[in-house]
Amino acid sequence: MATKTLAGKTVEVDEEGFLVNPDDWTEEMAPLLAEQVGIYELTDRHWEVIRFMRKEYKERGQIPTVRRIKNVGGIPTKELYELFPEGPAKKAAYIAGLGKPQGCV
Amino acid sequence: MHASTNGKIPKVSIIISKGSLEGIYPGLIMANGARMEGIEANIFFTFFGLEAIMKKRWNKIKVATVGNPAMHIPSLIGILPGMSAIATKMMMKEMDKLDIPPIPEFIEMVHDAGANLYACKATVDMFHLTKDDFCEQVEDIINVGKFYELAAGGEIIFT
Repeated sequence: MATKTLAGKTVEVDEEGFLVNPDDWTEEMAPLLAEQVGIYELTDRHWEVIRFMRKEYKERGQIPTVRRIKNVGGIPTKELYELFPEGPAKKAAYIAGLGKPQGCV
Repeated sequence: MHASTNGKIPKVSIIISKGSLEGIYPGLIMANGARMEGIEANIFFTFFGLEAIMKKRWNKIKVATVGNPAMHIPSLIGILPGMSAIATKMMMKEMDKLDIPPIPEFIEMVHDAGANLYACKATVDMFHLTKDDFCEQVEDIINVGKFYELAAGGEIIFT
């Protein structure tokens, strides 16, 4: 298994760079992971999405879908696509230290 | 290989031509999935597929229980009143568990995701429809020529 060092911590990652163990993640890693997917500034709204995803994953064991981020997390789909262009669910999960979303929607 | 750069599909143009639940969902899921991967997406609704974007109809889309062997319902039972409604209800419940939305919400979602929605002019004329019959997410009513223009440089998927 590949590893990478983020914010002074060496973590296991899969072949696409997603963290293997969500528990390895710290908030300090988020800006570094964001840069790797082309997002150079994390605003409060980005953080709202990241924290919602972390919370959902912890409580339900699942990465929330775009629909759930809208209906439960309160982030409109249009805005989500603006915050995380070209792959909102995948990029947000990447930055939040979760695995790659496996669903179709 | 064609119409792709670095092995990535840049754009898909999906034609939805059927008005049943199982005729509409695959196209919507594929268009939405394209947007989630950063792929440009157009959806062209034609013939009975137009029901998915008609305000009076989009809430009443049903799964076909007759002439559909994969439903495993004998045709004679499939024709009974309410069968289609029951099958639809059951299917919608399972889809909701996967966070697949009902059609009106799905249309809004795929539109907000940046997909462009179009109605087919020939069908609109044939059924004597106007722009007012359609939901606000529909960009325009276009002919086949315009569709090919919009689809240029990408893949076309017929459903």
